Amino acid sequence: MKKTIILFSGDFDKVLAAFIIANGAAAMGDDVTMFFTFWGLNALRKPVGPQHKKSFLQGMFGGMMPRGPQKLGLSKMNFGGMGAKMMRRVMRQQNVTSLEELMREAKDQGIKMIACTMSMDVLGFKEDELIDGLEFAGVATYLGEADESNANLFI
Amino acid sequence: MSVTELSTIQPNKTVDARGTSCPGPILAAKKGIVDVKVGEIMAVLATDSGTKKDLPAWAKKMGHDYLGFIEEQGHFKLFVKRLK
Repeated sequence: MKKTIILFSGDFDKVLAAFIIANGAAAMGDDVTMFFTFWGLNALRKPVGPQHKKSFLQGMFGGMMPRGPQKLGLSKMNFGGMGAKMMRRVMRQQNVTSLEELMREAKDQGIKMIACTMSMDVLGFKEDELIDGLEFAGVATYLGEADESNANLFI
Repeated sequence: MSVTELSTIQPNKTVDARGTSCPGPILAAKKGIVDVKVGEIMAVLATDSGTKKDLPAWAKKMGHDYLGFIEEQGHFKLFVKRLK
């Protein structure tokens, strides 16, 4: 059976949870589709992206929001990024798979990742500013996938 | 299967997922099961205690037979028989 996950949040802990569930489902033989929208798109940003001419506000968004999984903050106790650093350290100590590895694994397992083009327009992200291997689509594509799915998460 | 029965099993393949945590062991199981033939047995070594619940759930979903686990020094050894 298919599983669909909407990743709306760009918080490190929530993105991590989404990728753990997605990878677990794929390992259990499910097709998995992840739909990234709004802040969730930050997890897909390249750390160093190509430069584009953007409007002032979109430039602000782009500059102030985290570029990629390394830069995401915690939803609680982030303390200006210190919390996320500490969380990463504890995860390493406990041998918890890092978010970067989980994202690579997701790709290897053939998890379908769709970036919401409407959110990309709002936040001013161009396709080449996001990691490779994504599909670009809108709500109808997601709903089509959800129709075939027996579990759907909004994270 | 009893612990004594399990400890006599000679698995056709052993997958080492020690040191990995959720979902590492079931990812390892997924990758490993393709290397054993139907009817053969795969052993999974794991340190994450959740694997004792997760691997049977994985096996059930994938249509394989979970045989049980034994504890070895510092890790669990779990057995799955490939059924399809």
